[in-house]
Amino acid sequence: VPLEFETFRFSNFEEGLPQEVINSFKKNLVAIKGPFTTPVKSKYTSINILLRRDFDLFANVVHAYSIPGVKSRLGGVDVVMIRENTEGEYSGMEHEAVPGVVESLKIITEARSMRIAQYAFAYAAANNRKKVTAVHKANIMKSGDGLFLDCCKRVAAEYPYIEFEGMIVDNTCMQMVSRPQQFDVMILPNLYGNIVTNIAAGICGGPGLFPGGNIGENGAVFEQGARHSGLDIAGKNKANPTGQILGGVMMLRYLQLTKHADAIENAVMRLLEGNKARTGRRWGVCHDDRLHQGHHLPLGMRGGGRACC
Amino acid sequence: GSSAALADGKHFTVTLFPGDGIGPEISAAVQTVFAAAAVPVSWETHEISVATVKPGEPLVSREALDSVLRNGFGLKGPMATPVGKGHKSLNLTLRKELGLYANVRPCVSFPGVKTPYDNVDLVTVRENTEGEYSGLEHVVVPGVVESLKVITRTASQRVAEYAFKYAADNNRSRVTAVHKASVMKQSDGLFIEVCREVSELFPNIEYEEMLIDTCASALVMDPSRLDVMVMPNLYGDIVSDLCAGLIGGLGLTPSGNMGATCMLAEAVHGTAPDIAGMNKANPTALLMSSLMMLRHMKLAAKADDIERAVHAVLKEGKYRTGDLGGSASTTEYTEAIIDKMSTGK
Ligand SMILES: Nc1ncnc2c1ncn2[C@@H]1O[C@H](COP(=O)(O)OP(=O)(O)OP(=O)(O)O)[C@@H](O)[C@H]1O
Ligand SMILES: Nc1ncnc2c1ncn2[C@@H]1O[C@H](COP(=O)(O)OP(=O)(O)OP(=O)(O)O)[C@@H](O)[C@H]1O
Ligand SMILES: [Mg+2]
Ligand SMILES: [Mg+2]
Repeated sequence: VPLEFETFRFSNFEEGLPQEVINSFKKNLVAIKGPFTTPVKSKYTSINILLRRDFDLFANVVHAYSIPGVKSRLGGVDVVMIRENTEGEYSGMEHEAVPGVVESLKIITEARSMRIAQYAFAYAAANNRKKVTAVHKANIMKSGDGLFLDCCKRVAAEYPYIEFEGMIVDNTCMQMVSRPQQFDVMILPNLYGNIVTNIAAGICGGPGLFPGGNIGENGAVFEQGARHSGLDIAGKNKANPTGQILGGVMMLRYLQLTKHADAIENAVMRLLEGNKARTGRRWGVCHDDRLHQGHHLPLGMRGGGRACC
Repeated sequence: GSSAALADGKHFTVTLFPGDGIGPEISAAVQTVFAAAAVPVSWETHEISVATVKPGEPLVSREALDSVLRNGFGLKGPMATPVGKGHKSLNLTLRKELGLYANVRPCVSFPGVKTPYDNVDLVTVRENTEGEYSGLEHVVVPGVVESLKVITRTASQRVAEYAFKYAADNNRSRVTAVHKASVMKQSDGLFIEVCREVSELFPNIEYEEMLIDTCASALVMDPSRLDVMVMPNLYGDIVSDLCAGLIGGLGLTPSGNMGATCMLAEAVHGTAPDIAGMNKANPTALLMSSLMMLRHMKLAAKADDIERAVHAVLKEGKYRTGDLGGSASTTEYTEAIIDKMSTGK
């Protein structure tokens, strides 16, 4: 692959992202990253959030699908989840009003809801998808999730040939474990996206299998779709690299290095289908060569043959 | 069943809200089963319905609320949600007025009900009064909405204590506190801090903490990994429905709301207007909820007998309602359960 890596190792981000990482990303516009542990106790913002926020990587795209040769409980699944990556419950605005009473702010804005909805529908259209489901809890958070749902409806009206539905998040999770085949493309606010992508990866074989991309107008970061650092198996040579490798494939497609992307993806697929080698968990790859094509199409984002950090 | 009741010396009055849609039919099924089992319970029925209430009037009358508080027990069928009538959600009103601080949803696989998951045995304990359901939202400037999530030490402690007590009383070995304190460091941070404190009072019960995304993934990969789970409101809403999905849906799963002075058992499924009045509804969820109530009344023997009968009927598979792929009517299914009870015909 005609591409060079600029590698940065760091785990201490108390001061935010290191300046050299920021500089590198600004120059290269594309990155691939491994999972980072966010200690629950530390008061610092996770690196995942810093990256998303600092570079405005507003769309997290995770594609989960049933893979022939990979045993899973529910077959026939092919769902693309498009998660708003920058606001919602992840605002980081919290305070202790009086001792023992903590308030946490969830922020939903029209601008960002419109932006993610537009991205999701553009993705659906570019990838020949038939249906978009917007996930919400607007019966309880009438104003916040209500606004999100309303924006999705407004964008849906511009795509009369794509079916649109709203679905309440608790029902969505129940449907996901009983009839996941009904889902095609989903739009989700931040927290629900975190939960639903993990369920979808889980029913299709595991968190180590699927790639994820974080896309913004100024670049993209690719990774394993279900972000977990797997401390329980770290250093034991047991981790399943499929999700991360496919994250690399997603990046190659984003850079329009299609031949290289295909070669790697096909190799993973052959290995899987031949049942020749398996890691402790399961692994595999998507057969669907429409996968992720839409990433750079709808928003005309930059990329193409640049080096990566 | 009043003679049996008198012999036992115990008798209970239960406030019954039959609800809308299929509510009256499945409530009648519970009443029929209870009568056949000679359960020492009499009913005080209050019809509350969105269909009949006038705009601006409270959905639940003071009288109905007082009835639950006085009796200590209520059973509630599904109720339609009013859309755009300016009413507060009925469930929110009941939770608030009755002080129902914990929602308990056991999800146990039913014999003979096939799903991709076998031997599921999970309990979700959900904080029921605050969190994301504070109802506090405002438009900061046009196009920007803030929704307030509130976590308090008091509410967290009370639900954590309930979860551990439930685990201890029901021979459960582990309690998992589910959270997202990696992101909501202060609010969810407070929740797990309190759970950890409470866990120290229950040295025989294992305690662990798990992120909501990890938990969701673990539940669908290997549900046996979890046991009793305690969590803030929204996560509880999501996880309890997810667990229900693992065993075959909301038509089967019981739910109990615990208050300081009363318990409200309920069916969590909807009103199913498409089959209302057609004698097709599955009464299992409401019946299983009423069994949680019986156990709370320390009428466990009665509850066990009815539950055995439900399992036997479902396992046999001859009488099943349409939602489970059968063709039995609500009343045929109910009669089949009664036939299998030791007190049955
Ligand atoms: N690539 C992978 N290969 C194999 N197993 C994995 C992989 N990624 C995650 N897992 C497994 O999934 C489970 C959840 O991961 P982990 O413990 O990191 O979750 P977490 O609590 O979300 O932590 P984090 O702080 O990293 O998000 C673990 O058992 C882990 O080993
Ligand atoms: N107890 C039950 N027995 C049989 N079928 C049921 C039962 N509860 C729900 N259903 C079916 O499940 C589907 C969803 O119905 P449900 O009423 O829960 O949702 P809904 O249409 O959103 O109603 P609501 O607005 O009252 O929540 C319907 O087809 C209904 O017939
Ligand atoms: Mg994680
Ligand atoms: Mg719910």
